[in-house]
This record gives sequence, C-alpha cells and structure tokens, in this order.
Amino acid sequence: MHFSGKVWKFGDNIDTDAIIPARYLNTSDPKELALHCMEDADPDFMKKMKPGDIIIGGENFGCGSSREHAPIAIKTARISCVVAKSFARIFYRNSFNMGLPIFECRELVDNISVGQEISIDSVKGIISVGGANKTFSINPIPPFMEQLIADGGLLKHIAKK
Amino acid sequence: MGNTITEKILMAHTKLKEIHPGQLINARVDIALGNDITAPIAIREFRAAGGKKVFNKNKVALVLDHFTPNKDINSAEQCKTVREFAIEHKIVHFYEGGQVGVEHALLPEKGIVLPGDLVIGADSHTCTYGALGAFATGVGSTDLAAAMLTGELWFKVPQSIKFIIYGKMKKWVSGKDLILNIIGRIGVDGALYQSMEFTGETINKLPMADRFSMANMAIEAGAKNGIFAPDTITKEYIKGRAKRPYKFYASDADAVYSQVIEIDAAKLEPQVAFPHLPSNVKGVSKASKVKIDQSLIGSCTNGRIEDLRIAAKILKKRKAAPHVRLIIVPATPLIYRQAMQEGLLEIFMKADAVISPPSCGACLGGHLGILAAGERAVATTNRNFVGRMGHPKSEVYLASPAVAAASAVLGRIASPEEL
Repeated sequence: MHFSGKVWKFGDNIDTDAIIPARYLNTSDPKELALHCMEDADPDFMKKMKPGDIIIGGENFGCGSSREHAPIAIKTARISCVVAKSFARIFYRNSFNMGLPIFECRELVDNISVGQEISIDSVKGIISVGGANKTFSINPIPPFMEQLIADGGLLKHIAKK
Repeated sequence: MGNTITEKILMAHTKLKEIHPGQLINARVDIALGNDITAPIAIREFRAAGGKKVFNKNKVALVLDHFTPNKDINSAEQCKTVREFAIEHKIVHFYEGGQVGVEHALLPEKGIVLPGDLVIGADSHTCTYGALGAFATGVGSTDLAAAMLTGELWFKVPQSIKFIIYGKMKKWVSGKDLILNIIGRIGVDGALYQSMEFTGETINKLPMADRFSMANMAIEAGAKNGIFAPDTITKEYIKGRAKRPYKFYASDADAVYSQVIEIDAAKLEPQVAFPHLPSNVKGVSKASKVKIDQSLIGSCTNGRIEDLRIAAKILKKRKAAPHVRLIIVPATPLIYRQAMQEGLLEIFMKADAVISPPSCGACLGGHLGILAAGERAVATTNRNFVGRMGHPKSEVYLASPAVAAASAVLGRIASPEEL
C-alpha cells in the first residue's frame, strides 16, 4: 500500500478520550464520530485537515479506553494512516481490526514538523519526506495484514474467507 | 525454565505444551464481555460477518452500565440494540435496569468470572478480574465480535513485570494508593504490552476490594493485564459465588520476568494523581491547596462496599463543604442494598451527598456528574485525561475513597488526618 499526505503532529500519550471524547459515544455512526475526531487534542482539527492527511503521534498513542470508536473516527475522517513512536496495546489491535493502517517510526517523529508531506510505501517499509532526500525505514505490513486492511477490517476479512 | 501465572493460564486455554513471551497463540475464551457503548459496534460487526449464533450463550456477558439509566435518545437506541441481541441469542448474563451494576464490580460479585479464567472484554478495565487470579484483558469491539462468533481470540504472550510489595501500610493508605504510586513510578506506558504481577507480604494480606482496585488500573500503566496469585482471601471471596469449576494458578519459582520492582508500602502516604495523566502522582500532603467543586466516590475502581464503608467512616456527622457536590455511586445493586442496610446511605444523605444509581456515567463524562469549564473534581475513578469528566478545561484528581471523602468535607484535597 502507498500513502502520501500532509502531516499533523501530536505529542505523547494521546488518549482515546482526546481522539473521540466519551460525550460523543452515544452513537456508533462512523460519520458522526468522524466529526469530532481529535477534538480534545485540537478543537479545530477537522476544519484544518484534508482527506489523505497523516497523523503523527509520540509515545503511547491511543492509550486509555478500549473504544474502537477512536480508530473508526480517524479512518472515517479519511486520515490515511497514523505514524507514532509507539502505540497503546488495545489501540494497536483495534486499528488493524478496523482496517486503519498504523506504523511505528521513532526517527520520523523526531524529524518531522507540521505541514510537511510524507509518503509511505508499506510493502517496501520506507517513509520518505517530501522535498528532502531523507528516508526512514519501518516494519513492512505482512501480506495477510495488508489483505485484512484491504478487505476493510478483521470481520469483513473473515466473512470474505 | 518456569512460567508465570499469566503464561500458565494462557497455555491452559490452548493445546500447547509450552509457552513463552512473544509467542502468538490462539486461545479459548471463558467469558466475553461488552457494554452499551462497545457492544453495538460488536453486534454490527458480528452480523456483517454473517454471524447467526454466539459460540456459547452462557459465556457472553452484556452489561448496560455506561450511559444508563439512558441519558438521551441515542443512548436508549444503543441499549435497545444490545437488548434485542441479548434476547435473540438468549444471553444468560445480560444485565440492565434494577439488575445492572458497573460491569467490573458486577461480574466478580456474581461469580461470572473466576480464578484461572481467560476473560476478554470490550472495555479497557476488563483487567480488573486479574485480582481473582484470572487472565483478563481489554479489547476492542471487533475482537469482541470475533470472540462471540468463535469462542477464541489470538494473543501475543506478554512478558511480565513482578512487583514485590512489602511493609505495613499506614492508616488510610489502600490498594488505590499502591497502584497510583506504581503508575507514578513506571509511567502510563511503563508496562506497555506487558503483564503486571503483584506479589509480596503486603499483597498477601491485601483484601479483595483493594486487589480489584489495583488490577483495575493496570491498563493505566499500559499493561495487557494485572494479576494476583489466588490464595485463601480469594477462596473466601468466591465461596458461595462460584457455580462452575475454577482453578488456582501460581507462578513458578524460576519464572522469568522482564523486570522486578520492589516497593516499601510503609513509606507511602495517600496518593493523588494530578491532571492530566494517571502517572502525574504526588503525596496527598502536596495537594492540600487544590480547591474542589466535586467529589465523586464510585466506579469500577472504588465503588465497592468496602470503599463506601471507608467514606462513611469519614463522612459520619460531617457535611460536604458549601458548593462542593459530593456524588456517591454504589457500583452494584447488591452494594447499594448493603449500604442501605448498614446505614451508610443515611450517613451520606446527612452529609448532603447525592446517591447515584449504579452507572459508569460520571467517570467518563457521560452523565450524572459532568464538570463545567474551570471546575475541579477529586474522584476515586481511574482516568484524569483532558475532558474525561466533562469540559476539556475541567480537571480531575484521582485518589482513594478516604481522600475523596475528606476532600468533600474540607472543600479542598485533603487527607482524613486533617479532619
């Protein structure tokens, strides 16, 4: 898979309450959830972002609640993927299960700022920063996970099989 | 090489003869749990995958505890979705209305989760059941859907961190203070992907209520699970509750740990986690200038009868300070009734407390105790992230029931010693 877009940068320990506050969890409608994506981390995020953009996080991205509403909100907001130094365990699992691509890359996070363009080749495991000759390596997504994401998540993948 | 209790329980739920950290396994699930927030997505996914039947109607638990009593029309619709599913699939452990309690207090109380079980729940505080010597971990709705369909789920076997806790705790210091102190030491990702195993002479004497509080907050250090080896205290707790076989597991003497951390509990004063991370922990004496607007005593962390007894001891013949909203949430109907029979509710009402029905509502800023901009609460809950209990500009300080009760009386964060 190939992703390219402008990056939005957040700090360490971005919790799922910041990604999608519980006050909006009286619905599981993906479109409703997407309206409030990242609201308590940056109230204007949804006004500023464009489809295809990429979220950059620090350590422990997605910590806290197990709400799958968090990766659903990010995916439905049409963020193409998330790159962070590390991910909280449940968020990591939920993202793959939901079909939201995520990548761990410490070096990129330390060497990127808001508004820069990056492109990711998830098969080769390379992230390149637009306008610069800099590249960073990531663990490629294994083929079965690629298929799972392409199918739209774990259960759609199971159903297809 | 020996195995930890976590490795042993995981292995017992597979056909494997040996197990080691890092291994990917497919394991049988004893109980799969969902609530009114997470189950609707799981049900949608279950149906989208062509699900016609749950793997076992006795092994799925659905608890409508988050935005109940229904806070608005949308919440009522979500509950309706889960209720209809529960009826359709004849789910045995379905709880709502006057039978509902906060799930992680309710399931152990009813003997639905037992020592040696493998429990998954679409709620991050599912790790609470580790207090019973079960392997219990939070997952998302899709994982819940997969478990409801197949009765199995894949796991990566975690490494374990061993905590050895010794020393006699001072008066008013509890399991809540121990776990806050631990999270303060290792950070909110200090146990990321790992198991936290609590051992030592202090733990051996620790009552079940305190063990539940500690296991409950393992997720706040990023852990996959928190666990206690079951013992005579566990046995006493499950007596009369267990209606099916269970098994006690223990770590081998030569089990391998990624880290061993020793803590002298005798040195601790009551602990407080400042906004906006559960790891931002200080002793209560360093919080005495923090004025509060609300004190919340309840939740899956600290809404048990033992917690309410401590609060009542402090609130007896006292009142909440002017303009402080004291909210007490007995975690289950049984706890509510016990509190009534023991005269605790009378003490709370005389202290001008609001007694809420069992619900998770206030803890996650859903309803029944929301904060306005600039307001501060001390809460016996488990998270103090930005906006957790209401407005993004409000603040939550996490503490024990003893500190929350004393703070309500003085209108600022305080130790009961100050009364």
